[in-house]
Amino acid sequence: MSFLVAHGSALLFYLFAGLVLAGAVGVVTLRNPMYGALSLLGAFLGVAALFLLRHAEFVGLVQIFVYGGGVMVLFLFVIMLVNLHRLQESRMFASTAPLAAVVGALLVGLIVWALAQAPRAVPTVAASTSLRSIAGATAGNSEAVAWVLFKDYLVPFEIASVFLLVAMIGAVVLGRKG
Amino acid sequence: MEKLLWLVPLLPFLGALTNGVLLKGRISQRGVTAVACGSVGLSLLAALASIGGYLTNGAFAGGKPFELVLWSWVPAGLVSLGGGVLADLQIPFAFLLDPLSSVMLFVVTFVGFLIHVYSVGYMGHEEGYQRYFAYLNLFMGAMLLLVLGNNFLVTFVGWEGVGLCSYLLIGFYYDQEFPPYAGRKAFIVNRVGDFAFLTGLFALVSQYGTLEYRKVIEAVAANPEKATSPYLLGLSLASFVALCLFVGAMGKSAQIPLYVWLPDAMAGPTPVSALIHAATMVTAGVYIVVRMNVLYQLAPGVSLFVAGIGAATALMAATIGLAQNDIKKVLAYSTVSQLGYMFLAAGVGAYTAAIFHLGTHAFFKALLFLGSGSVIHAMSGEQNMQKMGGLAKHLPVTYRTFLIATVAIAGIPPLAGFFSKDEILAGAFGGGHYLLWTVGLLTAGLTACYMFRAVYLTFHGEFRGTHEQAHHLHESPKVMTVPLMILAVGAVVAGWVGIPAVMTFGKDVNWLHHFLGPVIAEVPEHGGEHAMSHALKWVLIAVSVAVAVVGIGIARRLWGTRGVAADDAFKAAFPAVQRTLENKYWVDELYDATIVRATWATAAGLHRFDASFIDGLLVNGARHVTVAVSMVSGFFDKYVVDGLVNLVGWLSRQGSRALRSAQSGLLSQYALALTVGVVALVCLYIVMR
Amino acid sequence: MGSSHYLALSAILFALGLFGIATRRNLITVLMSIELVLNSVNLNLVAFSFERSDLTGQVFAVFTIAVAAGEAAVGLGLLLALYRLRSTTELDRARELEG
Repeated sequence: MSFLVAHGSALLFYLFAGLVLAGAVGVVTLRNPMYGALSLLGAFLGVAALFLLRHAEFVGLVQIFVYGGGVMVLFLFVIMLVNLHRLQESRMFASTAPLAAVVGALLVGLIVWALAQAPRAVPTVAASTSLRSIAGATAGNSEAVAWVLFKDYLVPFEIASVFLLVAMIGAVVLGRKG
Repeated sequence: MEKLLWLVPLLPFLGALTNGVLLKGRISQRGVTAVACGSVGLSLLAALASIGGYLTNGAFAGGKPFELVLWSWVPAGLVSLGGGVLADLQIPFAFLLDPLSSVMLFVVTFVGFLIHVYSVGYMGHEEGYQRYFAYLNLFMGAMLLLVLGNNFLVTFVGWEGVGLCSYLLIGFYYDQEFPPYAGRKAFIVNRVGDFAFLTGLFALVSQYGTLEYRKVIEAVAANPEKATSPYLLGLSLASFVALCLFVGAMGKSAQIPLYVWLPDAMAGPTPVSALIHAATMVTAGVYIVVRMNVLYQLAPGVSLFVAGIGAATALMAATIGLAQNDIKKVLAYSTVSQLGYMFLAAGVGAYTAAIFHLGTHAFFKALLFLGSGSVIHAMSGEQNMQKMGGLAKHLPVTYRTFLIATVAIAGIPPLAGFFSKDEILAGAFGGGHYLLWTVGLLTAGLTACYMFRAVYLTFHGEFRGTHEQAHHLHESPKVMTVPLMILAVGAVVAGWVGIPAVMTFGKDVNWLHHFLGPVIAEVPEHGGEHAMSHALKWVLIAVSVAVAVVGIGIARRLWGTRGVAADDAFKAAFPAVQRTLENKYWVDELYDATIVRATWATAAGLHRFDASFIDGLLVNGARHVTVAVSMVSGFFDKYVVDGLVNLVGWLSRQGSRALRSAQSGLLSQYALALTVGVVALVCLYIVMR
Repeated sequence: MGSSHYLALSAILFALGLFGIATRRNLITVLMSIELVLNSVNLNLVAFSFERSDLTGQVFAVFTIAVAAGEAAVGLGLLLALYRLRSTTELDRARELEG
């Protein structure tokens, strides 16, 4: 129990990190896209949990709603729409897979090595987005995010909404028969 | 009127141009006929008008020729005559009309026109009708240039032109084997003569600096010493030029030894034989000799040679004519024989007689040829007299006209041949050339004999041809018979322009003699004819007529009664003689064995030299060198220059091949490349830090 | 748990996503791998947001999610179009540049 108390957050991290990695490996390696999609759902949920662990509740929930809900449904919907056994690839991987694996491993190695080398400096944060200056004046994380979003990032936010509209129209046009 | 003279040669040339080039194959047969006969007809009218104009104007009365200078043709400028003497050599393109060329002009245009008309009928069903008339017109133009030229050069153009047309027309049936050969033979044999002729012209230019007849004659007459001084080959200038011109005449006029082409020339169409090889072209040699008679009078040795050759030719051809079975061959040898007569006349100084005989012969020999053409026409191309006979009743007009011509050539008065032949014989006798006279007399008898043999074999007795030919026998159409009749009239009356004084009891009506007087340079010692007594002249006439009658009588005894069998009998009696005559004394074989064979051998030798040395060593050597150089250069090109080019190409290809895989269109590969790039950038960042 | 763990996880997730994008021949899987990559980015943003006590990272993550949703919609629309055209969803069947 004491171990849990002492190392709870670490355990949770490893649990969800494992879930995320398992899901990701499933996505990349499973032949059947249906299984791949379910693995992806696992990865999404793991990531959402990791957001929560980092006190980013709003982003975590958005992750669950948008990814675990909308995007996943979209994927499943499309997988159902296309002929499933047509999707059974004769060869799953392209011939470049070993190279890609090496490059991927190299990338991870590099980043991890860079993290180990990384200097620790005290960051200077702008007052308008600083967690400490906002958190005191707000009810929680969602409000704090909202403040930043609607004060500093109002124009990008509106642009994002227009972007979503355009994407929707595009998807409709593309998805239409003919 | 005589200003129209330039039209005379031009019109036939235009006709030839029209039929041969401008409207070749584009007008109907009727159109061809109109162009050909029209041009010659107009030419005849222009000639008559010119002659008429000349005779009625003052120049003729003054004994002067009429000269029509068209343009300055060869203004060569000053030439050195040796010894510091300079002459201004100017050769105009000019025509000369004097009594001599008037006679020639009349004969050529008149007979030529009649033969053109006759050809319309004779060649009517032949292939190449237009070609035939183009050549024939071309011939007329060239012949008229020859006759009318006022200098040797214009004449020589015509001289070569008629040679060319002769070649073209002998070889008219070029799809058969023999005619082209005969044409070549005629051409090549004539080249021998032409070479000598040209040599004579060069001698004239180098010694007198002019080629105009008038000027040459004047120069020779003005300075006989120069003409008789030694010049070349041990001959005097006059002798040398006269000999050269006579050798040229030998070729054109078919005298021994250059006569062999004329019998073969019968391979051409019959009207051609009539026009070219009887009436006009072959007399060009006689014309030239008479034209330059002043030279011959200054060269008695050459003159005697001319007479001797003429007499020998006359006799030899007459004997051969006795044994020929081809009707055209008989007439061909007869022509050679009669030409020999003309040269005999020219050689003994009877120039007027030579031209006289030339004119009369043109009429009756053209008539004989055209008559034979009519016969051949009726016999569907058969020329062998052995297969004829009895044609008189089928071809009445042809028979009568042929008979008139035969009597004329045999020398029976009052027809044309009698007067001219008699004058020649009188000239020979009067000049003291008794041997020549004897030969001439013998020839006259032979002539009468073989010509009547031809008449008997052709027109009398039983028909010996095939049934088909017999069925086909018919008189020729009017377009052929009318010229025959006109020529027959000519053959009768042509002699009346030169009736000897003795026959008219002192009254001088020998028009031709007076007419040609200005052209003939009278030399004092030549007065043979006048030196003879009347009685002697009558005797001569009687003898020649008697000989002719005897000849006819022999022919009648043999072929008139026994037909072809007479030939066989003759063969049985004198086999060697018959064989010799039938094979024409083997002259062709002799030439073949010597000259032709030698020429071939030389040619073969030269060919070997060409092939081995020139081609082999020089040309092929150059080739080998060139090939070697080319190979080196080619190697360089191929491996160095092209190599560089190919290297660039190869590099491009390999690079492209390598880079092509980058554009695979496979998204995943792009993504991977991107990742590699990212990793590389990160590595770079770390390294550069 | 330090941010380094999150960042390392983010790196691994990123690499896995990249591996999927670069090797899988099925367009659906490739699209899913893209989502993985985007998630790794979001993890990174949120981890730094926590590290620096700065909300900007979270705001960016929100934007990323919005863009990812649009991307998924358009990508799947494209997939459907490809499927109708070629009766397949395999990427290397869509190599030709012409339609």
